[in-house]
Amino acid sequence: MDSYVKLNHICKNFNHVKALNDASIEAFKGEVLAIVGDNGAGKSTLIKILSGVLRPDSGEIRIGEKSYSSLSVSEALNAGVSTVYQDLALANTLNVTTNIFIGQEITKHGILQKDEMDRQARKLLDDLDVDIPDTAEIAGNLSGGQRQGIAVARLVNRGGNILIFDEPTAAMGVVEASRTLKLIRSLADKGMVVIIICHNLTQVFDTADRVAVMRHGKVLVEKPASESSMHEVVALLTSADKILGDE
Amino acid sequence: MMAKLKKSGQSYTVVLLLVMLAMIVVMSFVSPYFLTLENFKNVLNQSSIYLFLVVGMAYVIAAGEIDLSVGAIIGFEGMVMSNLYYAGVPAGVCLITGIISSVIIGAFNGWLVAKFRINSFIVTLCTMTVMRGIVLLVMNSRTRYGFGPVFAFLGSGQIGIINMPILMAIIAVIIADLIMRKTRYGVYTLFMGSNEVALSRAGVNTRRHKISIFAFSGLLAGLAGIVVMGRLNSAEPLAGTGYEMDAIAAVILGGTVLEGGKGSISGPFIACIILNIIKDGLTLLGVSTHYQEIITGVIIIISVLVSGRDMRRKSEV
Repeated sequence: MDSYVKLNHICKNFNHVKALNDASIEAFKGEVLAIVGDNGAGKSTLIKILSGVLRPDSGEIRIGEKSYSSLSVSEALNAGVSTVYQDLALANTLNVTTNIFIGQEITKHGILQKDEMDRQARKLLDDLDVDIPDTAEIAGNLSGGQRQGIAVARLVNRGGNILIFDEPTAAMGVVEASRTLKLIRSLADKGMVVIIICHNLTQVFDTADRVAVMRHGKVLVEKPASESSMHEVVALLTSADKILGDE
Repeated sequence: MMAKLKKSGQSYTVVLLLVMLAMIVVMSFVSPYFLTLENFKNVLNQSSIYLFLVVGMAYVIAAGEIDLSVGAIIGFEGMVMSNLYYAGVPAGVCLITGIISSVIIGAFNGWLVAKFRINSFIVTLCTMTVMRGIVLLVMNSRTRYGFGPVFAFLGSGQIGIINMPILMAIIAVIIADLIMRKTRYGVYTLFMGSNEVALSRAGVNTRRHKISIFAFSGLLAGLAGIVVMGRLNSAEPLAGTGYEMDAIAAVILGGTVLEGGKGSISGPFIACIILNIIKDGLTLLGVSTHYQEIITGVIIIISVLVSGRDMRRKSEV
């Protein structure tokens, strides 16, 4: 099976710092790909390049049949790439519906169709099994899991088929994290490409189909989660693989 | 009912409305001259200039910025229009040029803020100072008089029993309110004040939007400038001085959060009327203008304390 998303030999420098050094990665429809790595490994830079936030110095981005040397945010959105950032990108002072529809508002003759947006927001949340009783609630009043649900609903509403989650369970309790991962899993099961950046290896191996390990701007390993283990990933992350190999 | 209003952010506006009604009742008992048609028109007339500025400022503050240059735009526009008028240019062309110059100054403020990511307080403080200097220089610190019937009509004319400035200000308030509540533009303005990065990530051109907000503020300051010049039939180099502070006060008192992301047009509109009722009432009671300033300041501090209470509570949780 061909991959739907492929980043080939991506390099990105910030002045003298090599954030990405010939990094390559691929993702398939219907699977959850987890990217793991220590701070500064290049995970977020790679994701930002796929999301159009950053432009690579060199390399190729392939989405479906199309190839790009770089993407802008709007090009990435049009190509179906949607990202939930660690800060969730929500407006805490505005309500649930506004947050879901931002940039995708339904209008008629330039006037917002608030009732229709509320109705669709309700349906989206119900379909995703996100427990938010009232779409008129202010986002800042909701729990971390509910806020994650809003961010996911926005992605799904946007119609993207490549969904990226940067630390989706950060600062969440056990129950909320479990619900969020279940939600992410269900998106992949619907045939979408799902990429998550996650530090919690237990959650990674519970949710992901494949694991990519990054260190020093390179993708060291990319393989099915069933063929890897937490022990192997930790060894790769901490350079213990080399030490073990030398022995 | 109240819970629904609270979620829609309109509960504070209802409170303001009740405060305004209470003040009208109290002032009616205190002064026999207060509850008259003439005094009512006088309050609205006094409010009209500020209403233009308040509407523009409400957008700017809702977007998480501030515009200190609106008062100076009034003076600058007066200089532009009086120069043209004295050169024999028809009044209509003077008015259009004045408005365009105000919009350009506003857009320039926005461009500096958005392009170079400079704090809007600093940018607009600088443009305010520069404009004041240019106006004093060009006008040689002298007031100019006599601008004909068109300006006079816009500054103090009437349609039926309604004064032109009041009519123009009310139309501006209604349009701005509809844009804020019913269109993408309003949503993006509030979203920008709440989380500008997120708005950008949603594919919205935040730089262009920010420039347009400042241009909008400039446009409304330009309308206020026309009323100021028409009402006095003169162009004063220091016209509009300090008006920005009154506009900011009304916007804050109206429930717009200074950090942005939360606000309306109806709240600042009522707040502007309240502030002018206070001034009017105190004048009728013969209270010195110095005390009026003090009382206005105290009211604003109290309102900020009350409206900020919920936010502080949340941040403590």
